[in-house]
Amino acid sequence: MQPAPAIEVKELAAGYGRTVILENVSFRVPARQVAVILGGSGCGKSTLLKHLIGLLPPLAGQIFLGGRDLAAARGTERLELLRKFGVGFQSGALFGSMTLSENVELALAEFTRLPPAARREIAAIKLGLVGLSDARDKLPSEVSGGMQKRAAIARALALDPGLIFLDEPSAGLDPVTSAGLDDLILRLREAVGVTFVVVTHELASIYAIADRAIMLDKSAKGIIADGKPADLRDSSADPRVRAFFLRKASDA
Amino acid sequence: MAGQVVPPAVELRSSDGSLEISLSGRLDAAGVAASWASVESALARNPATIHVSAGALDSADGAGLALLRKLAARPGASIDGLSPEIGGLLDLALRCPVDPAPAPPPETPLVVLGRLVALQLTDLHQTVAFLGKTLATFAACAANPSRVRWRDAWLTCERAGVNALLIVGLISFLTGMILAFQAVVALRTFGVEIFVVNLVSLAMLREMGVIMTSVVLAGRSGSAFAAEIGTMKVNEEISALQTMGLDPVRFLVVPRVLAGVLVMPVLTIFAGVVGIAGGFFVMRLEGFSFATLWNQMVGAVQVKDVITGFIKSFFMGFLVAGVGCLRGLQTASGPSAVGVSTTRSVVSAIFLIVVADAVFAAIFYAVGF
Repeated sequence: MQPAPAIEVKELAAGYGRTVILENVSFRVPARQVAVILGGSGCGKSTLLKHLIGLLPPLAGQIFLGGRDLAAARGTERLELLRKFGVGFQSGALFGSMTLSENVELALAEFTRLPPAARREIAAIKLGLVGLSDARDKLPSEVSGGMQKRAAIARALALDPGLIFLDEPSAGLDPVTSAGLDDLILRLREAVGVTFVVVTHELASIYAIADRAIMLDKSAKGIIADGKPADLRDSSADPRVRAFFLRKASDA
Repeated sequence: MAGQVVPPAVELRSSDGSLEISLSGRLDAAGVAASWASVESALARNPATIHVSAGALDSADGAGLALLRKLAARPGASIDGLSPEIGGLLDLALRCPVDPAPAPPPETPLVVLGRLVALQLTDLHQTVAFLGKTLATFAACAANPSRVRWRDAWLTCERAGVNALLIVGLISFLTGMILAFQAVVALRTFGVEIFVVNLVSLAMLREMGVIMTSVVLAGRSGSAFAAEIGTMKVNEEISALQTMGLDPVRFLVVPRVLAGVLVMPVLTIFAGVVGIAGGFFVMRLEGFSFATLWNQMVGAVQVKDVITGFIKSFFMGFLVAGVGCLRGLQTASGPSAVGVSTTRSVVSAIFLIVVADAVFAAIFYAVGF
């Protein structure tokens, strides 16, 4: 349906200042795919995500979202591009002084001309989708960690982006809540056709949701594996990849 | 792509008791924003039947769904021609309750008053308990000085004391100047401008020096203590200390209060000297020689004036640092809690400074000091 892939990364060098964490990273994520970025601690998962969502400029290379370069975009073009994706941050990053509903309504209020009643109903539907109908008028501090993460996804959905980035959505959640979150991701992909890029290292969740896993490695400073999680587990030639999927302690 | 977008169209036809709506194109936030009010007012007329033809509807986003949901949820509503994709989404949306939750009944003034009083009493209780605990811990630390975290205390002394010299000096110099400018005008009418020196010296040493320094300490360091300890509270670091068997008061409060008590007298003396210098500066502009001013000051100032400010400064340092730590430890949970604690620390500190100064003034007056 969409000609351009949701994400195209070309020869990206990622890092902060002079610290290069990833080099020469290239991959494409087609629309409606659930892609998981994984790897051990310090491999640059979160750094890559920060580059993808435009918080850090690429040290080299380019990142295209829906065929457009976010780093090169300025002014209204950048704003327009930013509205095409949503981000669920690791700890939710909900605005603490606003209720869950107000958190979702914020983007609607700022970027559309919808009347308040319409915004409230849209927010109610989004929060209903993530199973938070009853907690709409609560503050983030009044709900559990799992609910905060789900609310963060609802907020990311506010402007109906075609692309959603999630940073460790299941970290610190119990298995049941975590499975519920996985369900939600798959349901949104089916129903709304959202592309997901999920940073995680929860194996159960990776098997459940990922069409594809992109594995990064610290010493390789780049991608060491790319494919279906089950294939990587069963047939990867790289011992590092198999060790990750089989949860073996590293020999090194 | 922009050229292909079909403009959304929401057409409303209402005739006695029935509402006909035809939707076409892409129903997005912009289209819904334009038609929401008219749909609402049409629905407000309570049509018996609502018929939505959605055959020409290409797609709907979250806002479009909200509009469809609003229509579909009405009794007597029928929608035809909806694509299975949008239909599936609408089914999901219809399962989400959108009516606002009932608001809790408003509180009576009596309840509000009761809560305020209870809050103040709790605060008073906590303050007294904190004061007792701090003094007891200080006594324990005095018996065994190795239990004090001296490194933290010295570090806080540097931050609260040495780093404050510039701002304390600037404020005191200006305060001395202001006092002198004000006084010289009044005293000139009597031809006794030289007594400006008496006024500035006594005021700076007995009152203004210590007050100004305390306020600066409250704004610079008391607030910092509240923010530091408050952030630790929010991050559960205080709980971690407690479960490790470490007393937060000994660990966090004692070094800070100790630093406050140590730096305040030094800063106060410094403020007094610089403030008098500010007064001298104005008097020099008035044409008095330095020797005249000096002799006048030496004649006016007694040792007890210096001691007065000195005694007060210990108490002020204790109050400001203590209330900063107390507000930090009282921090509630939530993102704005640290900000609230910081504000409360400064407000409480300034209030306490003024109250304590009034008490001291009364005592010194009574004993003729």
